Amino acid sequence: MGRHRPGWRDLKGAGSAGLEGRVGGADGAARVAVVTLPMFGTHDDPGPDFAGLVRRVGLAPDHPTQALPAGLGVPHGTTVVSIRYADGVVMAGDRRATSGHLISHRTIEKVFPADRYSGIAIAGAAGPAIEMVTLFQLQLEHYEKVEGSHLSLEGKANQLSQMVRNHLPAAMQGFAVVPLFAGFDLGRSVGRLFEYDVTGGRYEEQDFAASGSGMLHAGTVVKLGYRPNLDRSAVVDLALKALWTAADEDSATGGPDSLRGIWPVIATITADGYQRVADDEMAERFETILASDRETRSTAAPAGGSIAGGGR
Amino acid sequence: MSMPFYVAPEQVMKDRADYARKGIARGRSLIAAVCADGILLCAENPSATLRKISEIYDRIAFAGVGRYNEFDQLRVAGVRHADLKGYSYSREDVDARSLANAYAQALGTTFTHEMKPLEVEILVAEVAAEDGRDQLFHILYDGTVIDEPTRAVLGGDAEVIAERFEAAHDPSATTTEVLAAAVAALAGDRTLGAEVIEAAVLDRANGRRTFRRLSDDEIAAAIGAPAEDPAEDAPADAPAEDEPPPAGEVDVDDIDAVLEDDVDDDD
Repeated sequence: MGRHRPGWRDLKGAGSAGLEGRVGGADGAARVAVVTLPMFGTHDDPGPDFAGLVRRVGLAPDHPTQALPAGLGVPHGTTVVSIRYADGVVMAGDRRATSGHLISHRTIEKVFPADRYSGIAIAGAAGPAIEMVTLFQLQLEHYEKVEGSHLSLEGKANQLSQMVRNHLPAAMQGFAVVPLFAGFDLGRSVGRLFEYDVTGGRYEEQDFAASGSGMLHAGTVVKLGYRPNLDRSAVVDLALKALWTAADEDSATGGPDSLRGIWPVIATITADGYQRVADDEMAERFETILASDRETRSTAAPAGGSIAGGGR
Repeated sequence: MSMPFYVAPEQVMKDRADYARKGIARGRSLIAAVCADGILLCAENPSATLRKISEIYDRIAFAGVGRYNEFDQLRVAGVRHADLKGYSYSREDVDARSLANAYAQALGTTFTHEMKPLEVEILVAEVAAEDGRDQLFHILYDGTVIDEPTRAVLGGDAEVIAERFEAAHDPSATTTEVLAAAVAALAGDRTLGAEVIEAAVLDRANGRRTFRRLSDDEIAAAIGAPAEDPAEDAPADAPAEDEPPPAGEVDVDDIDAVLEDDVDDDD
């Protein structure tokens, strides 16, 4: 069966008919419909690698060869943080995307489940970042279906590393994507988190990690409030405070918006899997943080001031 | 100069069909059936690692009988077809019918143009969001597609098993009950333990990815205690849940009788 068989090769040719048509379409030509069965010979079979399959059938976009003109701003996602705690790991991201000095989206999401036991948070050029998330989610699911078993958490982290590295040519043109990856390691029963650089460098962090334009402020708040083995409530509050502080200091990070009911996306990843914190809970927690902040302010000097962290 | 022998096309096709059918008949059978919770797929498979039933997409499952390497290659191609389609368009645009057509084309082309046809029979099942609209596509070695309304039997003894199963199958019964009926139909006058049964369900209530494998424990529980009524004989001497029933302890004929009693509309 593995040998080349003419009939199947014909089908394969039909399946990847777009390959030739796609080459040269540097401006992102139309995608090719795949309606027949994609079959390959043993020498060029992409195996369980979905990204490889996408490239193989010509659906992968070409990398930009030059930077965008100054007038064409693309949306950028901003601040995400991830913190380890007693049950696993928490991931949080604000909801703002900006193009230059303008807010392009108020409700963009930057934290996604990668599969049942892991999540990915993105900062950087929103379009390629969301594309990377989609591809990464499919990559994990595709592997699972083709191979009949899960990748290890380490394996997933390495896969993402490769995707970020493959994205480097686009990053060089100003479309950098810098994700965070976190998950619950079923083999070791602990939460683990990884941060990346634009070259695909993968760094495992013990306590917390932050990425995006507000990472300095968010990271500092997390650093000051971090204790080993925090409980869920404390860690969700800490993440919320970190994002709020980042929003207070960084124009590209959006804060909680109780007027429109827009809350940061915060998700916990534990032995029970990926679970997003509900908006109601977020509203309640934010109200508590605000109340304690007001209390601190009423007893403190009136002018200026910043968000109180030690009220609770 | 020697003349090549003339062989009538009818003869060629017949020989190929016979060859494929012989290959398929050597393998053990598989049942797919609609139940209240979704679609149950159940096969006699002594191997715990080489699967006959697997997940293709959110609501779609694949099952194959015959030559393992051949249907497994088709399975992987199906996963690729579905994932690529979902990636290009959207997850809801992936459907069993177009996958079944793609399979039919692949099998048909191989059957007509190749020396050796594929010795496989495959099934593509799609569970609908609400019951009554589930789809089962049974695809033969030559690319023939059969659209089965509520149940399909694939493999060697298909006719005999289908007859047995038809009498016992109630599409509105629970997964457990249909599994018991399916195992009884596969077994005939033999006794099949949970360790030789592979089963999975496309469960409407299972979230986005509806496919779920049933563990040996679940299968043992289902075939050990098939009837709802605890007063019946069969469940009384059922073995412990985590053990496959020892040979001889579960009387398959009893199970059959119990099931037939329970079915009210089908016979």
